[in-house]
Amino acid sequence: MSVEVRVPTVLRPATGGVAALPAEGDTVGEVFDDLIGRHPGLKGQLLTDAGELHRHLNVFLNDDDIRYLGKLDAKVADGDTLTLMPAVAGGAL
Amino acid sequence: MLVIRKQDLQQIFAQALGGYPLEVCGLLVGAERRCSPIHVGEHPGAGTCSRQSASTEEAELGAPEATAYVELVVATDNIAESSRVYEIAPKALLQVDRLAEGQGLQILGVYHSHTHTEAKPSPTDIAKAPDPNWHYVLVSLRDVHPALRSWKIEGGKIEEEKVVVEW
Repeated sequence: MSVEVRVPTVLRPATGGVAALPAEGDTVGEVFDDLIGRHPGLKGQLLTDAGELHRHLNVFLNDDDIRYLGKLDAKVADGDTLTLMPAVAGGAL
Repeated sequence: MLVIRKQDLQQIFAQALGGYPLEVCGLLVGAERRCSPIHVGEHPGAGTCSRQSASTEEAELGAPEATAYVELVVATDNIAESSRVYEIAPKALLQVDRLAEGQGLQILGVYHSHTHTEAKPSPTDIAKAPDPNWHYVLVSLRDVHPALRSWKIEGGKIEEEKVVVEW
């Protein structure tokens, strides 16, 4: 399956400044593997050392958060869009 | 430098006061532009961009400082519902990102209120800052009048930036 991956500005140094990348795979995890193969600098930004989705990263498959679709096992289809977004939080504490 | 319209500033203050004692938050949408040093020399005293004149072409000429023009302030829910921390729902961030893209703009940064402390990034703000390209606007309700300051956060370090309010 061929999908488009949208990359936020914070991750673009690892993609040569590119904001949207094509990638291949049948699941989100396979798409990530394909991306990381071509842009190794993304690895630590996307996945933990244990190979799980980084908790500071949100990933949307089209309009849906992949945490509710099986995380890295979520199936993708041709033409889907994966959007990577940073978690936004803070506070006075 | 961050340039924001008076009505947008008032919107942020109203949201912060209305949400008290909880922290409130939202996203800043707009465009970031750079002006050529050549323009500074040719027009002494008017070295900054304007919303209309600045262009990406000028950015290629190089300048020491980018100017961020806020075109839209988008209030979001603080899903932490806390007086000490804030969190923006991932879905809200996605929606604002698409809204910005649809208008040829981008998310410039995030704002939130500190109800009892100064308008300066806390250790939590610094640790959780999602993007060094963003502008981090803080509103303090500690004193009689709300105060707003803007910061850049990168690599655990903070630097205050100038805020220009357009009347």
